[in-house]
Amino acid sequence: MAFRIRTEQRVEVPKWLPTATSIGSVIIAFILGGVIFKIVGGKPLQALSFFYQAVFGNWGVFSDTLVKATPLIIIGVACAVAFKMRLWNIGAEGQFYAGAFGASLVVLVPLVPLDSPKVLVIGMMMLMGMIFGGIWGFIPGYLKAKYKVNEIITTLMLNYIIINWNNFWIFDQWSDRGFQMTATFDRVAWLPRLADYAKEVKAFSGVTLHLGVIFGIIAAIIVWWIFRYSRWGYEIKLIGDNPNAARYAGIDISKNIILVMAFSGALAGLAGMSEISGVVHRLQESISPGYGFTGIIVAWLAKLNPFTIIPVSVLFAGLIVAGREIQPTGLSFLLQGIILFLLISSDVLIRYKIRLVRVDKETE
Amino acid sequence: MNFEIILHAGIATGSVLLFAAIGEILTERSGILNLGVEGMMLLGAMAGFGTSLATNSAWLGVAVAVLAGGLLSLAHGLVTIHFQADQVVSGLSLTFLGTGLALVLGEGLTGQTPPLLLDYNIPVLQSIPFLGPALFQDHGLLVYAGYLLTPFTWFYIQKTRPGMHLRAVGEKPAAADTLGVNVYGLRYLYVFVGGCLAGLSGALISLSVSPGWYSSQTTSGQGWIAIALVIFAQWNPFRAALGGYLFGMLRRLILDLQGPRLLFGLVNPLYVNSNYSFFLIMTPYILTIIALIFGSRAIAKKRAGSPSALGIPYIRGERGQ
Amino acid sequence: MNSTSPAVEMKDIVIEFPGVLANDHVNLTLQEGEIHALLGENGAGKSTLMNALAGLYKPASGTIRVRGELVSFNSPRDAILKGIGMVHQHFMLVPTQTVTENILLGLNEPRFVMSLNKFDQKILDLEEKYGLFVDPTTKIWQLSVGEQQRVEILKTLYRGANILIMDEPTAVLSPREIDELMETMRSMTDQGKSIIFITHKLGEVVDIADRVTVLRKGVVTAEGESMKGVTKKDLAQRMVGREVIFTVERESHELGDVVMEMTDVSALNNRGLPALKDVSLSVRSGEILGIAGVGGNGQSELAEVITGLRKCSGKIFIQGEEISNQPPIKAINRGVSHIPEDRTAVGTAPSLSLTDNTIMKGYKKHPIGDGWRINFQVAQKHTSKLKDKYNIIAPSVNTPAGKLSGGNLQKLILAREINCEPRFLVAMQPTRGLDVGAIEDIRALLLEQRSHGAAILLISEELEEVLSLSDRIAVISEGKIMGIVDSEDVDIDKIGMMMAGMQEIRE
Repeated sequence: MAFRIRTEQRVEVPKWLPTATSIGSVIIAFILGGVIFKIVGGKPLQALSFFYQAVFGNWGVFSDTLVKATPLIIIGVACAVAFKMRLWNIGAEGQFYAGAFGASLVVLVPLVPLDSPKVLVIGMMMLMGMIFGGIWGFIPGYLKAKYKVNEIITTLMLNYIIINWNNFWIFDQWSDRGFQMTATFDRVAWLPRLADYAKEVKAFSGVTLHLGVIFGIIAAIIVWWIFRYSRWGYEIKLIGDNPNAARYAGIDISKNIILVMAFSGALAGLAGMSEISGVVHRLQESISPGYGFTGIIVAWLAKLNPFTIIPVSVLFAGLIVAGREIQPTGLSFLLQGIILFLLISSDVLIRYKIRLVRVDKETE
Repeated sequence: MNFEIILHAGIATGSVLLFAAIGEILTERSGILNLGVEGMMLLGAMAGFGTSLATNSAWLGVAVAVLAGGLLSLAHGLVTIHFQADQVVSGLSLTFLGTGLALVLGEGLTGQTPPLLLDYNIPVLQSIPFLGPALFQDHGLLVYAGYLLTPFTWFYIQKTRPGMHLRAVGEKPAAADTLGVNVYGLRYLYVFVGGCLAGLSGALISLSVSPGWYSSQTTSGQGWIAIALVIFAQWNPFRAALGGYLFGMLRRLILDLQGPRLLFGLVNPLYVNSNYSFFLIMTPYILTIIALIFGSRAIAKKRAGSPSALGIPYIRGERGQ
Repeated sequence: MNSTSPAVEMKDIVIEFPGVLANDHVNLTLQEGEIHALLGENGAGKSTLMNALAGLYKPASGTIRVRGELVSFNSPRDAILKGIGMVHQHFMLVPTQTVTENILLGLNEPRFVMSLNKFDQKILDLEEKYGLFVDPTTKIWQLSVGEQQRVEILKTLYRGANILIMDEPTAVLSPREIDELMETMRSMTDQGKSIIFITHKLGEVVDIADRVTVLRKGVVTAEGESMKGVTKKDLAQRMVGREVIFTVERESHELGDVVMEMTDVSALNNRGLPALKDVSLSVRSGEILGIAGVGGNGQSELAEVITGLRKCSGKIFIQGEEISNQPPIKAINRGVSHIPEDRTAVGTAPSLSLTDNTIMKGYKKHPIGDGWRINFQVAQKHTSKLKDKYNIIAPSVNTPAGKLSGGNLQKLILAREINCEPRFLVAMQPTRGLDVGAIEDIRALLLEQRSHGAAILLISEELEEVLSLSDRIAVISEGKIMGIVDSEDVDIDKIGMMMAGMQEIRE
């Protein structure tokens, strides 16, 4: 008598199952990561409590975590828009840098007099950040719509191009006394931080959380609204689910490819603006520890739901923060990789029922 | 600026891209897109470096690197071939997984000095004027192996029976399946081979071309470039080799162009301001995009290039089963 | 085993798919050296039966004997070993490889290096023997469809097949290529091969077959009858059968103005072959124009050119405005509705909700569309109204469309397409694969639209459906309109003849 694993297509997917697999993936990833950590000689439980302390331990560190979560939220939302239409924008990293460059122009050219009101300067920086990020998304979108060029590679190549472009300006034109960074921006170009209000609220002293997190939340709300209520969101969903049906319904697919890529890029650009205006306060070389790529995982883990992206971003930001603190540094990457792998593997559980069946000899 | 030196350095650094790109060509030819090259490469670099340190044998390091890359790629194989998961997302996760594994396991390797792969001269050939010293002197054996791998891979794909089966599986798996070719088995095999070669190219970096372990800086995005190279090369090993070597030379040229004060009798802007080199560094990526635009049009016209079944999971039968 | 055994003997074959009895105790006997036609409509179970013989499916019960020997196939490979080769309707060829490479695929020779010259010669010899000429060194994508088919045949011959199954081999060929194929088939049987020839074209059966087996809805209606003395009329009757025609009340009424007019429209199919040839049609308000014809004779392309999904030459007008070669939205805005042939691949988005699917055509129109936004509350109410009105059975309006049964999915599409009171409705195979109840509902809905003054183009392979619903019937064959007849004075045999490609019958 033998047993065999048989798979059957599921007709009904239980409502709880997708959420359960997501959470299960994260838990199993932590266990696996712990085992690997143990193998290389670490103390996983201690690291876990250290992780907890470093991420959620007190207001100060938690605010650090939220600061790291901010670009992840915005980029996660940006990726979700593109992925919803099954466009593989993996150039959020580059669009982030493009946005940072655009925002810097406002201060460094300067595009508006620096004695203008803060609202104007910040508003202008947001606009320029989104325009530059948008251009960086538009290019691969246009090339795909017009020439059917694979967007995965173009978005990736554009990452390298913009990073070098930025480097030129940082190293050369805008270099601050030969350092590889621009001068610190005038305070008018800084996003308000909670610490700025330490005088009024004592607890805020030293808390680095800045206004960018609000951008993230607003972006999530807007995209949620687009997906949920708008005509455009409906078109995106339809193209993503069945492009043939979308064409049959009279939707212009090329136009939407370009629009969605530009919009996705604009959001990632906003993340770049928020990061230099809220955290770094200057344009410099490594403003991103791979936010653009982690954002992809965040979007996927959140099943492209803009609101779910927020807590998932906080978790991943925790991994980034902890990655700086605990050794070895790669642990957070490892966990991210395992989580995503488990997640896409677990989709099999959603699509199929897996059964152990007895195999009779006669039927072979 | 000496063209011979540029050529010599370009060949060495280009070999890294060559192995990874040829591996990816084999994988993609079987119909599986593996975007995890960067991760496999970094894991290979770490495994090679670490093993060499532990065993005092650089070649054992290379072997372990090959195996590490191959084993990691099997995760991608399982998820994409059997679970029919999205190949793009799976490839990205592989990048993270490989990078993470390499960084965790490679903790503490920085600054160590294991035995490295030695450089050799090829007798007779090294005395060819100009080309001899650039191509056949002071290179590691793996670089020389790259010279052989390129034509061999081309020959294997185009002129041998297993190569023909490989192409069939990537172009039209249903046709291969009806004639009894094992589609799943072959896809696993070539995903594995692609992983092995990516691992090998990682070891080539850490044990030969730019020896050392600098965590994620060790590969610094070369895995991604290898993937672009595959499309640019339209899945042809010779074009991949050419692209890889040119890319390598370009990297060296960028360094060297800053040296001379005069260039073709004119003032060298790079000598005046070395920061203009950032525009030079950009050019290969811009060229890649331009090549892709023309490549995509050529592919549309000629029906050549991209394996038709690339990225599409194969599920046997339509009705009932 | 012994010389008197037939080449193939299939007995009491039963094959079941979920919900369908595809083959119901089917018998088929193939004699050595004959061409045996397997005739039947789409979905009659012909391909299923042959897939069992080729080792792709395993019958639930019944026996297969090859030259007297009882066999049981687990894979195509087993069938190949017994000398059975199948020429698939959708070619199983690798487009980027040469003819020789395609033929050698999956074999154990050559061992490693492909010294193709030797094999090219071997294949040329084979080509010579059967009159199947094609350059072995050419890549498949450079070949015409007819040449590709020769490669498929050569593939089976090279493997030593002496029993060939040809699945609708003429479906993709031009008339000249068909003649060539017939010649090849004769030359193969002359050299001892036996052929099973699947088709639904009567003319070809008469032209080439020695004997014929007819299947209708999984049941044999003629078992291995000799072709001597069999007329097309006989065959048509056996194939289509005289079913109870649903009694549909079709009141006569005054026709309105011309709504859709097309003149000299020609179009290519996906393979680049001519699919529509100078088609001119017009449909008036309150009229159903039925298009009768055997599947694959240009019907899909006809529906697609009118709805803007396919490019064409010639002109198409909806109420005087030209819509040919315009994006699909143009036709939609002019009041053209479309029930597409493929419910899942084109008609619906499977993972989106019922609501999302019902508003697909009307999401921009008030009150569902509201400027930038869509009022999903209104949309849901609208959907649940449609769900009740059209009796769509689903847990809720939020259920993904992909979870619906075929009949309910079709009702969903129909509800969407006719609720907007179309001026012109293209209904392609509206009842295919549905059960009797659903068929009746859908037919009644079409007639209701007709009495509301819509112009309807009904394209169906079910002759009986076209006959009972249409005011006029146009018969299409090979992309040409063979004739248009009034439904009042229709002769089913006459239509059957036109479907087989004959302009007028002369008896």
